[in-house]
Amino acid sequence: MAAGFLQRERIIAPPGWSRWLIPPAALSIHLAIGQAYAWSVFKAPLEKGLGISGVESALPFTLGIIMLGISAAVFGTRVDANGPRWAMFVSSCCFVSGFLISALGLWLGQYWLVVVGYGFVGGIGLGIGYISPVSTLIKWFPDRPGLATGIAIMGFGGGALIASPLTSQLLAAFGGTGDSPDVHGIAQTFLVMGLIYAVFMSVGWLLIRVPAEGWRPAGWDPSMGRQSAMITRSHVSARNAIKTPQFWLLWVVLCFNVTAGIGILERANPIFIDFFRNSTPAEVLAAAAVGFVSILSLANSLGRLLWSSVSDYLGRKNMYRIYLGVGALLYLTLTLTTNSNRVVFLLCSILILSFYGAGFATVPAYLRDLFGTYQVGAIHGRLLTAWSTAGVLGPLIVNAVADAQIAAGVQGPGRYTPAFMVMIVLLVIGFISNELIRPVNEKYHEPAAAEAGAKTGVQA
Amino acid sequence: MSTETATTDVEQWGPQQWALAVVAWLWVLVPFGYGLYQLIIKIPALFG
Repeated sequence: MAAGFLQRERIIAPPGWSRWLIPPAALSIHLAIGQAYAWSVFKAPLEKGLGISGVESALPFTLGIIMLGISAAVFGTRVDANGPRWAMFVSSCCFVSGFLISALGLWLGQYWLVVVGYGFVGGIGLGIGYISPVSTLIKWFPDRPGLATGIAIMGFGGGALIASPLTSQLLAAFGGTGDSPDVHGIAQTFLVMGLIYAVFMSVGWLLIRVPAEGWRPAGWDPSMGRQSAMITRSHVSARNAIKTPQFWLLWVVLCFNVTAGIGILERANPIFIDFFRNSTPAEVLAAAAVGFVSILSLANSLGRLLWSSVSDYLGRKNMYRIYLGVGALLYLTLTLTTNSNRVVFLLCSILILSFYGAGFATVPAYLRDLFGTYQVGAIHGRLLTAWSTAGVLGPLIVNAVADAQIAAGVQGPGRYTPAFMVMIVLLVIGFISNELIRPVNEKYHEPAAAEAGAKTGVQA
Repeated sequence: MSTETATTDVEQWGPQQWALAVVAWLWVLVPFGYGLYQLIIKIPALFG
């Protein structure tokens, strides 16, 4: 393949190219890499097949999420410079290689290769893939950036919906399930999934295009857009962005919003069982808990599209007021009502998870509002270190608090209410941080020449 | 700076544009629909 094929100049959209072809390109990547959320399906077969502990079986996922944040931060500037086709291609290579290396590792009985393959190599693919379409979508949809990034990032949430049943069915087909799963069967599952994702993701890097110089949506003028002091007309480089208080306040907002969501997501199944053990017949309790986890996954995914789209009308700061402020009130309601009303419990949980997903989906548009489009992909990449931090912080808090309660002999909802109170505190801190966000000081803005380059759209 | 508003409105699409758009969206919506279906059939157990 000629090197030029991946270059930005090769993917400038010809006249007549529809911007509605860009979301499916982005979704081809995000629906694939969203598989990471379905890692838990592999845990039981790996533990039983290889005789490893729960902590060991979680290692590939944990390392993958850490690498997601690191690679997004490290490669963000290069993604912006080289363009989305390069980024999507590299992401596909890394993500698919992760599966193939894992398959080889399991075939040889070398679990460390799964950790390195899926966690390290695949994790780099997660980070680059996650940010690959973001700045391009923002430039194709200057009139609806929240909707555009919401579609793509909903794909990341939706990826697990596809991968979870697909993985289960492949494991069953290759004998990788049951009390003594065939490790070679698990290896075959990794191999087949890697090949499926190689084909599926190829549409992303084949279809993606960047807008031509000076392009704008038909009938749309920047002056017609939503005007606000919080929406800049200037541009800030990634290097300067991390020097601003706005970046770090938003880092805290994202980190604590994600941590609060993980508060429920991490232990959704046991939370439901502990809350409703006494009011649900034993024979349907396990199935009901699975239904609870499913409905939370749906809320997480749909919240990304719904609330992010609403942010185009209400403004980004107002939306985070809702995610964090209302989120804290919902956690308070859960803490006070516990298991007295199942409908209230479900409504609160669904809304909390929808705000969790929405926090991810709205943040690219918030960054665009604050820092402009110049290097928004690179800035987004650096911000995703907040996600990696929350990915460690959230489970740590919830598990530590819940395990301590269980060890103390606490039964029912009381096992989780202290953890919920910690989440309320974190959300309040996030809310205050959001309130402190103001327009970026002009001294961080790029000179006019650089802005002219940024406005062309060629750097999408 | 020239200003281009080149994106074709849906009404102006030719057969090739339509075919590409339909295939591209089906490529992502069919797997997503499969995943959504697999998830939704588990939800009734929550109220069972």
